[in-house]
Amino acid sequence: MIELFQHIVDGVSLGAIYALIALGYTMVYGVLKLINFAHGDVFMLGAMIGWYASARWTSESASPSIFGSIWVTVLAMVFCGVIGFVIERLAYRPLRAAPKINSLITAIGVSFFLEYGGQYLFGPNPRAFGVLPHRPPLSLAGISIGYVDLVTILTSIVLMIVLQRIVFHTRMGIAMRAVSWNPSVAALMGVNIDLVISFTFVLGSVLAAVAGVLYASKYPSVHPLMGLMPGLKAFVAAVLGGIGNVPGAMLGGLLLGLAEQLVSGYTSSSWRDAVAFGILILILLIKPSGLLGRGEAEKV
Amino acid sequence: MMLELSEVDVHYGAIHALKGVSFKVDDGEIVTLIGANGAGKTTTLRAVSGMLKPSAGQIRYAGAEVGGWKPHKLVAKGLCHAPEGRGIFPNLTITENLRLGAFLRRDEDAIRADLDKGLTLFPRLRERATQMAGTLSGGEQQMLAIARALMARPKLLLLDEPSLGLAPTIVETIFNIIQEINKQGVTILLVEQNAHLALGIANHGYVLETGTVVQTGTGAELLRSPEVRKAYLGE
Repeated sequence: MIELFQHIVDGVSLGAIYALIALGYTMVYGVLKLINFAHGDVFMLGAMIGWYASARWTSESASPSIFGSIWVTVLAMVFCGVIGFVIERLAYRPLRAAPKINSLITAIGVSFFLEYGGQYLFGPNPRAFGVLPHRPPLSLAGISIGYVDLVTILTSIVLMIVLQRIVFHTRMGIAMRAVSWNPSVAALMGVNIDLVISFTFVLGSVLAAVAGVLYASKYPSVHPLMGLMPGLKAFVAAVLGGIGNVPGAMLGGLLLGLAEQLVSGYTSSSWRDAVAFGILILILLIKPSGLLGRGEAEKV
Repeated sequence: MMLELSEVDVHYGAIHALKGVSFKVDDGEIVTLIGANGAGKTTTLRAVSGMLKPSAGQIRYAGAEVGGWKPHKLVAKGLCHAPEGRGIFPNLTITENLRLGAFLRRDEDAIRADLDKGLTLFPRLRERATQMAGTLSGGEQQMLAIARALMARPKLLLLDEPSLGLAPTIVETIFNIIQEINKQGVTILLVEQNAHLALGIANHGYVLETGTVVQTGTGAELLRSPEVRKAYLGE
């Protein structure tokens, strides 16, 4: 029983990271109907900037402090926010009127650019990451909750509450939802579509940056291809929850993290990835609109 | 002069949808564009509200040449377009839809007052204010579309087929409200297939045929015109 709860705690922690990344996929899909395959690499950049900020620009990684780790994370968020803005502005906006397949191919191109650009600047080898202070794991009725897991879960909860507030209770959030339904009518309401799309990219990238720092703290290393697998997993999570649906991405991430953790805990960790992509295939076969997705076909 | 189009052309790819359309709308008027399906009525409204870019000609609104402006800039200048098929957001609540109409306004107190005014104008919307707009009936959605357009405090309101698909009693309500809005000082450019109703409330009308204005006159004149009676009033 204790073992089960242990797996659940670990699964929730992993799932929270997937959810943070999945939110970026799903929000961008919502406003642009584009799967931004470079999103996993923005997540990687978040971790990488975290590494530079802690190990190069400061000596934070030698003696991590709470204040320092917040500062490092904020720096990664700002940097990724800017990168997200620039990617949309330079790579996707010129293709807005072109067929969707052009943007999709461009997204893959941007992804390669970031991955191999990262290898050029950062080097291909993993580097140790130490941003969070070392603390002993919390012990609760026999279940041990790692310090990083605790921070991950709490941070994600706070961020998701903030995001929920933004999407459902602010002017910009209403505009985002309106654009996701019908951009041309949203424009007739006075919504500046370009601004909403830029805002969405920045928001998603900022969340990915936090996920990057948390992920790199959990598996304490950083390398330029680290965004590949978590990026794909988060994409699966977004599809599982219903692509375009914000609460769906949160749910999808959580479920995927749990499923992976339970499977690797009770069978073998080599089944982990198979489970994730098995879930993608199943959901596409059984309920392509996802668990919380709108049940209708693509509008034309 | 509120709005003036001169020799406006619009192309959809190779299709020449508007060919030299000219007309004008004076302050405080109701002007209607009538014509058959595919005559270019909706295209004209889209060109005026910035959804389409004219390939030639001028569009002057409130003293400025606005051809090719983005829609959100025109909304800021008081030009609002309630599009064909109503264009409500089914994934937002009725209140959120209305608030979206006031998107560019910052005067929160006045927005709240206007929200209340809109819900008073259409009591059926008030009962459902917190429901998703997708749950509304067709007539209620049309009411929402009009109420939402008013939230921007328009000077010029473009209405595209407000009677489409609605029961006759509801159409009557909607047309009464359009006249009421006009009396409060909003200039209206109305596109309608229901020529009889539209000409009945319009100061001026223009008849469009395959992308060209073929006839013009006051609403009453066009109602009496034998060509219009034959082509659009089913006589």
